[in-house]
Amino acid sequence: MRQLRFIAKKEFYHILRDPRSLAIAIAMPILMTFLYGYAINLDIENIVVAVVDFDRTLESRQLADRLYQSTYFSRPERSVVFEDPEAALRRSQAAAIMIIRPGFGEAVRGRERFSLGMLVDGSDNTLSAAIQHYSSVIVADYTRDQMPLNLTVPFIEISTQVLYNPDLKSSHFFVPGLVAIILMMISALLTSITITREKETGTLEQLRTAPVKPWVILSGKIAPYILLALLDGILVLVAAELLFGIPFAGSELLLLGFGLIYVSAALSVGILISSLVKTQQVAMIAALTSTMLPSVMLSGFIFAIRNMPRPLQGLAHIVPAKYFVTIIRGIMLKGAGLDILVIHGLSLVALMAVLMTVAARKFDTRAG
Amino acid sequence: MSFVTVSGLHKSYGRVRAVVDFSLTIDRGQIYALVGPDGAGKTTVIRALCHLTAADGGSITIAGRDAARQFNEIKPILGYMPQVFSLYPDLTVEENLWFYAGIYGVTGSHYHEKSEYLYRFSNLKPFAGRRAQNLSGGMKQKLALSCALMHDPELLVLDEPTTGVDPLSRRQFWEILLELKRQGVTILVSTPYMDEVARADRAGFVFNGAKLAEGTPEELPKLFEGHLYYLECEPTAALAAALNEIDHLTARRFGGGMHIYIDKGWHHEDLVEPLRRAGVRPGQLKAIKPDLEDCFIQLMEAPQ
Repeated sequence: MRQLRFIAKKEFYHILRDPRSLAIAIAMPILMTFLYGYAINLDIENIVVAVVDFDRTLESRQLADRLYQSTYFSRPERSVVFEDPEAALRRSQAAAIMIIRPGFGEAVRGRERFSLGMLVDGSDNTLSAAIQHYSSVIVADYTRDQMPLNLTVPFIEISTQVLYNPDLKSSHFFVPGLVAIILMMISALLTSITITREKETGTLEQLRTAPVKPWVILSGKIAPYILLALLDGILVLVAAELLFGIPFAGSELLLLGFGLIYVSAALSVGILISSLVKTQQVAMIAALTSTMLPSVMLSGFIFAIRNMPRPLQGLAHIVPAKYFVTIIRGIMLKGAGLDILVIHGLSLVALMAVLMTVAARKFDTRAG
Repeated sequence: MSFVTVSGLHKSYGRVRAVVDFSLTIDRGQIYALVGPDGAGKTTVIRALCHLTAADGGSITIAGRDAARQFNEIKPILGYMPQVFSLYPDLTVEENLWFYAGIYGVTGSHYHEKSEYLYRFSNLKPFAGRRAQNLSGGMKQKLALSCALMHDPELLVLDEPTTGVDPLSRRQFWEILLELKRQGVTILVSTPYMDEVARADRAGFVFNGAKLAEGTPEELPKLFEGHLYYLECEPTAALAAALNEIDHLTARRFGGGMHIYIDKGWHHEDLVEPLRRAGVRPGQLKAIKPDLEDCFIQLMEAPQ
């Protein structure tokens, strides 16, 4: 136990003496939080829609005003050329163009059927679907308001109430999942680097001639990185609260418990990588590619796993992030307890146990 | 009984036979030197001894314990210093000492005593706060030795500790080894330098993975067969080639002249005529006593 303390303390010296690794460990989570929280924004806001009004009546202007009063749409900076409205789409000056043919005002007054034209830029399919949805809602709203008060028609609508993320903010969706990605990457990266560094300096071999057990070397070396990973997790969660106002509905302690299991799995991945490679550089590349890609793609962090082809769904089952993304979203957004998360939790524990066993065995073997 | 016994050691890397049927014994409190050129197999023997390389065959016994099965019992009495500098470059001299002391359970006042003693030994005290990466080659080796000595090992294994170290540091390093020997430490040291053999108790010549000869520094030169002469001349390649044409004679450039080996049973008077043809007068040849290097070269070139 005393040896373990010495190794852990020495590891802290390494961390403090190597500003680059420390910078990666601290700056990367913050940078990624900003990226996923702000830049990658799937919320629909201020989409530029041009209105080409051939009708030029009171009603056509009312409709256009209604469109722009909503927070979803805004006016293009330049007016659209009437002869070739599509040019605005080609030049990306607008995401959609509403064309109001002559006769709109008359049709509204006479309560006749009328068809509005809409050109939508389909190259961004998320956006185009949203434009279609929101614009038809606004048009329906407008026509309902034009009904004389004495005339009532049965009007049935669905009143949807969104739970757990009422504003459907993408930051609420991304940031908890981001904790999973960051913990996996940082833990695997730093562990594989610190072990390959001792391989490069030859000190690992020196330790093997000393009366210290391999598991003590291993535990002592990774203990500081468990703390560092947890610090990163807290950093992202604090940012989530302060910057994006993401609520924390569930138990912090439960999340910490699962976090420790998850970090252990991630560290094991790092140990495995270090047993396969010889230099820090290769370790860094291997750790980033082998954790980043599966954790982002196959964890449900962005893409729903159930919509994937079968083989990929199978592969997702051995990605630790898949379980932790579900767990952390459940705890943070829904306040889910252990009773609900038990299946995911057990899967994560099993995965960690397998990874740890393999990693410890790999680390134990002697060179040549 | 001997303190270290290696018998019948074999190790191959793929098709390369690094060590072939290698045996040696070291008595307690002796300095044993493994001498040989690069690639002779010295490092493989040492790594097998320190349990860092799994041998293909043979057995190793240290302090009465079988290294293959009881290595954990050997670890506390073993101090190992590898060929390449293997300490933490980003830690200071003091921190490196502190760390290895901690690993071997040398703590508290015992650590302070021991580190002060090692600082006196190595003269590294003024550099205690300097990072290991900023030390000179000689200082690095002294620090590595200090770390290996932290736990008072009974057996010290050093792999080419003086390679690439300046002559003064080399001499200081050997002073330390001799002092350790006086304290009863058994030492196995490998070196490419012949002059270091003279300070060891026994030495083994290693070449092509095998031990060519073994003995005390006094015994080894006596293995030389034939006669040795020193030729004071301009040691040109042309002259060497001309001399080597002569039967029963081998010429080798040596500093500002040449060493001439004449086979056993022959004498330089028998070769006056051929020598004259090569442009050498018999009076130029001075009979000298063969040293370790002459002996080693003759053994290396003997048909095996």
